[in-house]
Amino acid sequence: MAREEPAFKLKISNLSLFVLYVNTTDMVQLKNQLDMRFNKTLDFFSNTPVALDLSAIANSGISPNFAGLMSFMLDHGMHATGVVGGSAEQREAAVQSGLGLFPDTIVKPAVKTASIPTIAPGIIPNAEDNQPELPGLGLTIKVATGEPNNSNILDSDTQLQKPVSQVPPTFRPTMIINKPVRTGQRIYAEGANLVVLCVVNAGAELIADGDIHIYAPLRGRAIAGAQGNENARIFIHSLEAELISIAGCFKVFENGIPENLRGKPVQVLLDCSDLIIEPLLN
Amino acid sequence: MSKVIVVTSGKGGVGKTTTSASFSSGLALRGNKTVVIDFDVGLRNLDLIMGCERRVVYDIINVINGEVSLKQALIKDKNCDNLYILPASQTRDKDALNLEGVERILNELKETFDFIVCDSPAGIESGAFTAMYFADEALVVTNPEVSSVRDSDRILGILAAKSKRAVDGLDPVKEHLLVTRYDPKRVEAGEMLSVTDIQEILRIPLIGVIPESESVLQASNAGTPAIHLDKSDVADAYRDVVGRFMGEEGLPMRFVTVEKKGFFKRLLGGR
Ligand SMILES: Nc1ncnc2c1ncn2[C@@H]1O[C@H](COP(=O)(O)OP(=O)(O)OP(=O)(O)O)[C@@H](O)[C@H]1O
Ligand SMILES: [Mg+2]
Repeated sequence: MAREEPAFKLKISNLSLFVLYVNTTDMVQLKNQLDMRFNKTLDFFSNTPVALDLSAIANSGISPNFAGLMSFMLDHGMHATGVVGGSAEQREAAVQSGLGLFPDTIVKPAVKTASIPTIAPGIIPNAEDNQPELPGLGLTIKVATGEPNNSNILDSDTQLQKPVSQVPPTFRPTMIINKPVRTGQRIYAEGANLVVLCVVNAGAELIADGDIHIYAPLRGRAIAGAQGNENARIFIHSLEAELISIAGCFKVFENGIPENLRGKPVQVLLDCSDLIIEPLLN
Repeated sequence: MSKVIVVTSGKGGVGKTTTSASFSSGLALRGNKTVVIDFDVGLRNLDLIMGCERRVVYDIINVINGEVSLKQALIKDKNCDNLYILPASQTRDKDALNLEGVERILNELKETFDFIVCDSPAGIESGAFTAMYFADEALVVTNPEVSSVRDSDRILGILAAKSKRAVDGLDPVKEHLLVTRYDPKRVEAGEMLSVTDIQEILRIPLIGVIPESESVLQASNAGTPAIHLDKSDVADAYRDVVGRFMGEEGLPMRFVTVEKKGFFKRLLGGR
């Protein structure tokens, strides 16, 4: 009998995931703030998987109405996929509503993550913007980052370590993209830098564990240092982006990009957990 | 070598069927053996615009299911000798339009025809995917508005990543931007995107601009593709598109700027 082709392959991948930090059990308040923050017409999320972090309400003794929460998250294009943390009862209630369970806490490198700034548009993020404890907030959204190493990628070439005294540092070659990245497309340079030579349109997404260089307009999203590398940078020929992120700190341009940076060449870097956008002069 | 051309857009109602009818007619008028296939199962529109709805007996799904031969299902166009129409079914299940069946039909058509034009349904679901999967070239029909441009961008991404040519690692599908329902007055007034704006975003070669015109509706009501209209901007614009597609060079891009009415024309009340 002919051998059958393997019908599947199972492996663990490190993917960047949005995490909604639920800071209140008051679902009305949470819904209102979500509606305020994410104008539906901008469709910032589209069928995007989002995990719910319940640690802030674990001791509240109340289980949120997950079904309701999931349905209004869906109105914003967020697909609740599972919960992180929370009390035993809350986790049980989540399972009843069809959510999965992530491990109790998010394992992450020693990087502070930032909430989406609520400050008025047109301001370069600064320390204030990045404070997660903005008053009156029912929610915080962060990009969770996995462990900084690739230890849980099962099919990697890591077994090839030879018993040589001096192992040269291993790195993956830069990923180079030379055609437009269009709405709905996502590119992930795993363990590598990413160079894009063509336009990245609104609704497209670039993710790299290293740096990202875009020698064309960036109109979509760019997420560098996706596994927590705080030294990662993003270089952009023309800043027209929807979102930029380094090591989990990110900035959404909900209401457009500041005049002095719009359409300009810029670099983006992290300075002590502050996301800095600098014009590249000349 | 025959070519498969998909007319696609993502967004609905932008002018795909209007374009499929005129473009295939234009190819046939230039002496190319051409067939135009309606992939919009469930809606069936192309036969109305081509004015052959009364002659539809069998459709593409009958052929896929092996109930009739291709020859039995093909309808000869009333205006052009070299043009045939393969209609869609109005009633049947969309899923009957499977990739294997479509590939079989296309391969058989390639034995006879120079050009096979596929009128795609709207959306990015299976119907639109089936219509574009085997394409060698694509006319991406776009209206001068943001949502249409976005959908075209999405379709271009799918063409580049998921079409048969992409999957098989062949040369990519050749992409052409066709801007339709263009109204230079409204563009000048800032109410609509300009051709330049659209190109800035999509970054593929422009094959033509079809002006917004009431004559399109009249033509489709009469069951005559717009390219056959007398003294019509739309007909001229579609003829230019066919010319450029056939490799004619130096055709100026007409209908992109507001036409200044001459003194006499104004005096005589010309439109
Ligand atoms: N250049 C034009 N000027 C004015 N009206 C037009 C023009 N082109 C198309 N239309 C009109 O727009 C409508 C939609 O056209 P058409 O059916 O060709 O679009 P479509 O993309 O095939 O739609 P669907 O997505 O439903 O298949 C019709 O009413 C048609 O008459
Ligand atoms: Mg149509």
